[in-house]
Amino acid sequence: MLEVKNLSKAYNDRQILKDISFTLNDGDILTIVGPSGAGKTTLLRIIAGLETNDDGQILIDGKKYDSGKVGVVFQDFNLFPNLNVLENITLAPKLVLKKEKQEAEDDAMRLLTQLQMAGHEKQYPYQLSGGQKQRVAIARALAMQPKILCYDEPTSALDPNLRQEVEKMILGLKKTGLTQLIITHDLQFAKNVADQVLKVKPLNEG
Amino acid sequence: MEYVMQIMPALIAGTLMTLKIFFWTIILALPLGILVALGEMSKIKPIKWLVEFYVWIMRGTPLLLQLIFVFYGLPILHIVFPRYEAALFAFVLNYAAYFAEIFRGGLQSIHKGQFEAAQVLRLNRWQTMTKIIIPQVMKIVLPSIFNEVINLVKDSSLVYVIGLGDLLRAGNVAMARDVTLVPLVLVAAIYLILISVCAFAQKRIEKHFSYYK
Repeated sequence: MLEVKNLSKAYNDRQILKDISFTLNDGDILTIVGPSGAGKTTLLRIIAGLETNDDGQILIDGKKYDSGKVGVVFQDFNLFPNLNVLENITLAPKLVLKKEKQEAEDDAMRLLTQLQMAGHEKQYPYQLSGGQKQRVAIARALAMQPKILCYDEPTSALDPNLRQEVEKMILGLKKTGLTQLIITHDLQFAKNVADQVLKVKPLNEG
Repeated sequence: MEYVMQIMPALIAGTLMTLKIFFWTIILALPLGILVALGEMSKIKPIKWLVEFYVWIMRGTPLLLQLIFVFYGLPILHIVFPRYEAALFAFVLNYAAYFAEIFRGGLQSIHKGQFEAAQVLRLNRWQTMTKIIIPQVMKIVLPSIFNEVINLVKDSSLVYVIGLGDLLRAGNVAMARDVTLVPLVLVAAIYLILISVCAFAQKRIEKHFSYYK
């Protein structure tokens, strides 16, 4: 369970987030919607541990927040172009979780099969389409066994007709018990996948 | 032909001096260049200013002047280098400054998202640099580094000014003594061979890095 309590963030006097609170239960999907400039991405970056918050608390299972429990799928995926698909996925499990090469590769292959990407493991990111890159980015994040997977605008870098594919994939992952947090500006998409929708509005307007 | 064979030993000796300066400059200036590049991006202001001042001087004055300064100027301050060491000192300092600018550009062209992706995967700084960032920087900087390397082969001829016997000087001596252009033609041919070898190495290494875009 992820609990965010009264989270606030300002950059040089400009208030970005104020008193954001929500609870995300295990296995649920929370979507955070709002127009650009509303601080959605900042919120995700704080939860991912890429930014610090000024005020408030983040708890995972009632304990103090540990960014190691959060996986991130970036808006433009940020795959490592110098590594192939399999290496992208196995790099961190080998170096950080100290998994044996064979074990890391078996796990990666299982994730790729689950995400319908088997057969692409030897390809490099430049050889993949946007939707395929996204699946690799998801597999890479899941290989680190996160409690929560966060997506930054998962539909915005893709063709509009891929939206349903993304919905299906996210709901498929929900069936495996994964807890997911999704930032989006696409209201329809947000409603289709979410158990819970959180709306954020820009502050300091006018 | 007989004349060619007669002057060849002197030209080969000169080529060896040229190659010695070339190799040692590369071996010392490349790592120093990486350090200087990191210094230029340092958050500690005095280090950044010091390194930027160094690069400003090295790029802002002729290499020939720097050579003369090290060999003829520094002894006035009681810092005396033998000829060969003076040449190496000046070349390494000069080339490290150029390499540093290339590395800095390469590092800064890596998208911030690469660092963030590594961070959320909990890679530490060393793992991030060695597995993700440096391999990408290498590919980006290769053409510029080889440009400098090829320049270095030719710039090494400047050592004549402090009396070192490199390839060009060997050719010059033979030309003046025998009143013929043949030595210079040979010298040009040897430079062309050396640089062709560099260009070939560049192609091979770039091909090695062409497995991704």
